Amino acid sequence: MDVSYINPFVTATIECFQTMLSIKTEPMAPQLKKEPYPAYDISGVIGLSGEAQGSISLSFPNDVAIKFVGKMLGVQVSEKSPDLIDAIGEFANIIAGNAKKDLSKFNLSISLPNVIIGKAHVLAGQSGASTIVVPFTSMFGIFAMEVSLKTK
Amino acid sequence: MKVLLVDDSVTMRRIQKTQIQGLGINDIVEAGDGEEAYRKLQENMPIDLIMLDWNMPVMDGLTFLKKVRADNSFKNVKVIMCTSESEKTRVVEALKSGANNYLVKPFTPDALKEKLGI
Repeated sequence: MDVSYINPFVTATIECFQTMLSIKTEPMAPQLKKEPYPAYDISGVIGLSGEAQGSISLSFPNDVAIKFVGKMLGVQVSEKSPDLIDAIGEFANIIAGNAKKDLSKFNLSISLPNVIIGKAHVLAGQSGASTIVVPFTSMFGIFAMEVSLKTK
Repeated sequence: MKVLLVDDSVTMRRIQKTQIQGLGINDIVEAGDGEEAYRKLQENMPIDLIMLDWNMPVMDGLTFLKKVRADNSFKNVKVIMCTSESEKTRVVEALKSGANNYLVKPFTPDALKEKLGI
């Protein structure tokens, strides 16, 4: 995977939270995902298909996700709230959709979001494709974006 | 003005509803997919404006848009696509299919106000 493909997703993540929540997020150095895999509590995952295949996920510890979604909705949400699940999926959807415009050569289609919930879960990438992890810092804590894109 | 707000994300509908209400529009009907939206459109005419997501289960926004534009009884209903689909080809496809305007999520209340022309 060409590391430069990560840039549209990083930009889209920064812009998503800046526009929706007026929150500044800072990307840390991208890393090639390797064991031991990072663990999360809630992840929004979007499948990518077209001239390249893969996925983009946005993953949070519960307390960080709750703060982000609470800020977005203006109300407190719990870790079992349907709003939390819906919003995390929508964040991933918005980031994937916005990143696509800078990856138009792949003619990508995006799937509907899936949200994975589970204390300390790990995400396995598709076989044969490397995954890049980009941790982000924010006023609410650290979260991570993972991108796996297998080009032809 | 009466608005049909179509998005499969409940939280996005809530945010957009607040934005619309902030512009003084309170007559709002909601739907979670294209099929439900078509039913609500028929039941709640006259609808002045549809704010339409693209990627939804059951029936996506583009299919719904084409269905609406194929029915002459909805010819005066304006449609703004409100979607994360940001590529130029998608924008062109939506406009050619009958959308009156296009907003890429996330958008600010000011951007919505500008597109609504109010």
